Amino acid sequence: MAEATHAEVHRHPAPTGFIRKYIFSLDHKVIGIQYILLALSAVVVGMIMSVLMRVNLSWPGTQIKIMETLFPQGAPGGAMTPEFYLSLVTMHGTIMVFFVLTTAPQGGFGNYFLPLQIGAEDMAFPFLNMMSFWVTFVGFVVLLLAIFAEGNATIGSWFSKLGESFAGGSGTVGPIGGWTGYTPLSALGKIAGPGQGAGVNLWIISIAIFCVGSLLGALNFITTLLNMRTRGMSLMRMPLTCWAWFTTAVLALLSFPVLLAGGILLMLDRMAGTSFFIPGGLYVSGSLVPLHNGGSPLLWQHLFWFFGHPEVYIAIVPGMGATSHIISTFARKPIFGYRAMVFAIFAIGMLGFFVWGHHMFMSGMSPYSAIAFSILTLSIGVPSAIKTFNWIGTLWGAKIRFTTPMLFAIGFVSLFVAGGITGLVLGQTSLDFFFHDTYFVTAHFHLVMGVASIFGMFAATYFWFPKMFGRMMNEGWGKIHFWITFIGVYAIFIPFHAMGLLGMPRRYARFDEYEFLKHSHPLVLFVTIAAIITVIAQLLFYFNLFWSMFKGQKATDNPWEATTLEWTTATPPPHDNFAGILPVVHRGPYEFSVPGAPKDFIMQTEPEGTGISADLGGTSGNGGNGHRG
Amino acid sequence: MGRLLAIAIWVITILSVWMFVSGKWWFPESISEHGSRVDSQFLITILVVGISFAAAQIGLGWTVWKFRDNASAQRATYSHGNNRLEVVWSIVTALVFISLAVMGQRVWASLHLHAAPPGSLQVEVVAQQFSWNFHYAGKDNVFGRTDPNLIDDSALNFVGLDETDPNAKDDAVVATLVIPANRPVELILRSKDVTHSFFVPQLRFKQDLVPGMNIHVHFTATKVGKYELACAELCGMNHYKMKSYMLVLPENEFSELATMPQDKFQARKDELLNKYQLPNY
Repeated sequence: MAEATHAEVHRHPAPTGFIRKYIFSLDHKVIGIQYILLALSAVVVGMIMSVLMRVNLSWPGTQIKIMETLFPQGAPGGAMTPEFYLSLVTMHGTIMVFFVLTTAPQGGFGNYFLPLQIGAEDMAFPFLNMMSFWVTFVGFVVLLLAIFAEGNATIGSWFSKLGESFAGGSGTVGPIGGWTGYTPLSALGKIAGPGQGAGVNLWIISIAIFCVGSLLGALNFITTLLNMRTRGMSLMRMPLTCWAWFTTAVLALLSFPVLLAGGILLMLDRMAGTSFFIPGGLYVSGSLVPLHNGGSPLLWQHLFWFFGHPEVYIAIVPGMGATSHIISTFARKPIFGYRAMVFAIFAIGMLGFFVWGHHMFMSGMSPYSAIAFSILTLSIGVPSAIKTFNWIGTLWGAKIRFTTPMLFAIGFVSLFVAGGITGLVLGQTSLDFFFHDTYFVTAHFHLVMGVASIFGMFAATYFWFPKMFGRMMNEGWGKIHFWITFIGVYAIFIPFHAMGLLGMPRRYARFDEYEFLKHSHPLVLFVTIAAIITVIAQLLFYFNLFWSMFKGQKATDNPWEATTLEWTTATPPPHDNFAGILPVVHRGPYEFSVPGAPKDFIMQTEPEGTGISADLGGTSGNGGNGHRG
Repeated sequence: MGRLLAIAIWVITILSVWMFVSGKWWFPESISEHGSRVDSQFLITILVVGISFAAAQIGLGWTVWKFRDNASAQRATYSHGNNRLEVVWSIVTALVFISLAVMGQRVWASLHLHAAPPGSLQVEVVAQQFSWNFHYAGKDNVFGRTDPNLIDDSALNFVGLDETDPNAKDDAVVATLVIPANRPVELILRSKDVTHSFFVPQLRFKQDLVPGMNIHVHFTATKVGKYELACAELCGMNHYKMKSYMLVLPENEFSELATMPQDKFQARKDELLNKYQLPNY
């Protein structure tokens, strides 16, 4: 009777007031959409910043009026200063990694579809779920304030009451430290130079807040998945998306506390005079640093990357799940090697905890541990290769329907290979003598954790939109969006490898100081133009998204002829997901093209034996209009 | 749509591979003993990477070309996979990747798991926001005492050299790294303020300079000339122009320089810096 108990505990009446329904909602579906909207807003900020950075790299000194209005001293006359460039580097990285790649895939789509796919009425802890979103939202607001605290006198003055180290408005934009915030640069405070004051404080606080939100979310995901699966939904019958969200939640649960601890220690070094990361005898900006002694800059790097590497998988693993799910659906074929896919995704996640040192080969860490980290790193290539092999295996002998979500899922596979495979170069200690901290690294991680993950999310958006909003997104615009974006991201990031080969270091505000970078100028310009076109093309996506919410063609309950539980319920799903009758699961998630079955797909709810009769009755319609591409 | 996608994937693959093999964008010339070994390890790796990349993309393109929905009544193949294929594939990739990983440690091990050979030239490198200091021991081959309390940038004592120490009398501190060709060099890397990174692309060498640590590294430069030295770890607002030069001199020119007192060392170094030209890029 476990199900009945759950049902009682989690059944809460649908709220009627606007605030409880849309703002402080306990409904995982609303919270999921809130996370997606947060990511959609954050990614706009992050993209605008990347365009500004590209403009500065290609045409240094370009005057942009609005920048002067916002940051009178950070952009005198509207032209970007080097420290402004670095604060954009920092903000772009932090916004994208935390508030886009960690929110949309897990908090967004995971929140919305995990309970639906396992046949639950909500998440295990709806209140925690609401908390985790709003905590994350506060984190985002604090992060946005970080760039204004120093750069804008008005906003800076808001913080001056919090003490000297928070007194901003110095005019120089901050925070300057990259999303990795290496110590002691990030630990010393204002003496370390422009951009190291209030902005860095807010940056650390924002990340700490984000850690708390993610931990709440991770607890919720793990509990929900383990305890609230409906009857018949054994672990090995779960869609691969659920395995991906579960793995991601485990990674988040084990890695975010470490970053949170690191952030608190860093804040103590800045505010309370401790010396976790600051060694003695430093001479900074013309004077000896008093009071600090005995700290270790490498300790921060270890703490940061112990979190930072699993974080990379937190970003991409949900994309892998969505891709597997969508490829199987539109290939009209069972996923190739379901079990291998489950083991591979878990292996990638777990191995991810033993390789953080590959970010630190050049850090002064023991060269022996570097060797261990290096060999473990390349071994992650094995489960990654299994996944690639199985995606192609799923497509082999398929009857592919080229819908927009399928195009993006195939794009994911292509980009995952292109970005992931250079890990074989960067994971080798001997090659990092040259490639460490060059654009080769930037190429690698942008392709694999950046755009591949985003392609997973585009695929997920086009795929699940009809279930979420009851309408289809426009396929024609979706396809144009795919083509420009697919070619665009390759045009941006493949040339980064060539810059890396020339030795171009990351995080340089300009490249004209060095003769050995002369070669790179045409490449830099090419990338900038490709980036501007690709970013503009995203307007198509935004327009399609919001236009389709109200004007899109009405969707049936199962428009893609898919098999999993979310397609058995009404569209959009009712407040308790299944209108009081939890589905019962009888088979695996990807039963497509079963010989002898009346249709080329069998829902998970279809009972054995009767399942392949003509009677495909479910809780609601299983038909569909096909959408053959 | 399937055919178009296949063609797009293949064209992207060809262009990506072309970018690497065209030779238009490649490493700067290698000028160190271990550099050619780094380059050949990279060649082996990029060959494996290139073949795997191309194979996966061609395979992906092929499936979307061949297995598009053709509106026939024929269904897709009903298969849940093939365990034997899966095992074979995993073993093959594991063998290739782990072999690469082991090979990829060789240059690293030869430089980092051994102390500098006897007779190496020692130079202390002290980085600061946003410049480089190179401290030479002088004729006596003994470094004068340094102490952070004595650092005074305004008095040009950038490394905190104790002028009262007799060993410091013949020391020189300059802003350019000058080393002899074909003789092992041991750098003792320190930072005064934040983390920096020593990077000379032609040297195929990089190492962070971490405050609070003395990091010993060694290499041998083999080609006389002037090369740019860049900072490769974000260190603050002027990170992008924390630049210096590494001057590799013939042994005779170097030994003449190394025995000069500080002021002459400085003047002669500047002369040599003008004499040698940067490589043609």
